[in-house]
Amino acid sequence: MTDLRALSIHDLAFSYGKKTALSGVSFEVQLGQCCILLGPNGAGKSTLFALITGLYHARDGRIALVNYDIQKSPYKALAQLGVVFQQSTLDLDLTVKQNLRYHAALHGISRKQADKTIQQELERFEMFERLHEKIRHLNGGHRRRVEIARALLHKPSVLLLDEPTVGLDVPSRQAIVSYIHALTQEQGLAVLWATHLIDEVYPTDQLVVLHNGIIQITGTVDEVIAKVNADNLQGAFALLTQKEAR
Amino acid sequence: MLLVHYFRAMWGIVGRELWRFVQQRERFVSALVRPLIWLFVFAAGFKSALGIAIAPPYETYILYEVYITPGLLGMIQLFNGMQSSLSMVYDREMGSMRILLVSPLPRSFLVMSKLLAGTAVSIVQCYVFLAIAWWYGIEPPVMGYLWVLPALVVSGLMLGALGMLLSSFIKQLENFAGVMNFVIFPMFFISSALYPLWKLQESNEWLARLAEFNPFTKGVELIRFALYGQLETGALYFTISALLLFLFIAIQGYNPSRGMMVKKRGR
Repeated sequence: MTDLRALSIHDLAFSYGKKTALSGVSFEVQLGQCCILLGPNGAGKSTLFALITGLYHARDGRIALVNYDIQKSPYKALAQLGVVFQQSTLDLDLTVKQNLRYHAALHGISRKQADKTIQQELERFEMFERLHEKIRHLNGGHRRRVEIARALLHKPSVLLLDEPTVGLDVPSRQAIVSYIHALTQEQGLAVLWATHLIDEVYPTDQLVVLHNGIIQITGTVDEVIAKVNADNLQGAFALLTQKEAR
Repeated sequence: MLLVHYFRAMWGIVGRELWRFVQQRERFVSALVRPLIWLFVFAAGFKSALGIAIAPPYETYILYEVYITPGLLGMIQLFNGMQSSLSMVYDREMGSMRILLVSPLPRSFLVMSKLLAGTAVSIVQCYVFLAIAWWYGIEPPVMGYLWVLPALVVSGLMLGALGMLLSSFIKQLENFAGVMNFVIFPMFFISSALYPLWKLQESNEWLARLAEFNPFTKGVELIRFALYGQLETGALYFTISALLLFLFIAIQGYNPSRGMMVKKRGR
């Protein structure tokens, strides 16, 4: 049987001094699956992302990306990972092309191959005509598209998105949400999408609800609604995040 | 991991830094204006007050402008090192450092590549400055322009590593003014950049001793001798030792598993 596990997190714990940020976090995301990490602000989503990306090191627990442990084989693990951070990480003074080529170079992609992939990814997002524009001159939605294209340049197996639609207008948000869901299906990517916005969740998505650093529930949208006996996802989320976890 | 991956990544980091520098015209101009003011104004005013005796590498009496040119090259690299470290603090605060840190490469390699990139930028500035100085009448031997390149690489790396080390300690961008007052100015003034060490010794033995062990002095002397086709081995060894020490601490500082970056985030 083929192992489809792209991201495995097992019994993860992390604290900032005495303050526990994450405790006993375990879940998996499979190839071709879009998993929504749902949690209010301060739930521990960004800490979890910092651990998955190796920016922080966990004292307890294990994170594996396509069977590569992030602590034992960090470079092989990171090569499997595409990330869109909450804060923009583009260089405003450089053009779209220069930003993307820089990322490709960091992943050891040749100039020729990089230019080909840049064209493919930007065309998919209807952004290729902006190739030579400086990032400074792009609006928030277009910047996000460039960041998503950049995260996909090295053909990762896992795509992490940390609240990528924050601050965007409704059409830009919708475009990004539908694009990522289509990508998951077409390319068989494993997506972990952190958000606190319920309307970004599709019925087919897997859910992980995080609150106060602890996983409250996991499952499909229908399963979660049924388990907490709510009318809809909005109600389920409210029930799960209003109760005190600790 | 293939060697070609490392090469492409290093070239990507250096290329990005050079592009950024070329496109930020204000930075380019201000990086040159500072040493040029020292050359055109400060040196012009001081040349009558300061007499420079014949001392190696100079074989004849020289004008004060000629004496401070290597010091001003050092100044360009000192400020550039600090500018790079400032931009690293900025990148860290703004989050763009993350894209570098999540690339599948060892952190020590990334730090060294950043260092090399900053040094490349400083060398471009130094050669533009030397061209203007030549136009102004400061004409070292032609071969000096070639010999000075390795000296600029070593001193640039050393001063860049110092900048990186400092950026590991700086918690916020606002604290950078303190670095100017406590590191850059003392380093520049307590050195042989503006006056020879023997001159300093005449007025204050203690200051001269400090200047003698100032890595910036060694970097400037390395540049000064190289510009006249000579190798100052003592300065070279001292500069390389300082480079290795600063680099080691800087790499430790940028290792999130046990470095200062994590401590700052409160773990």
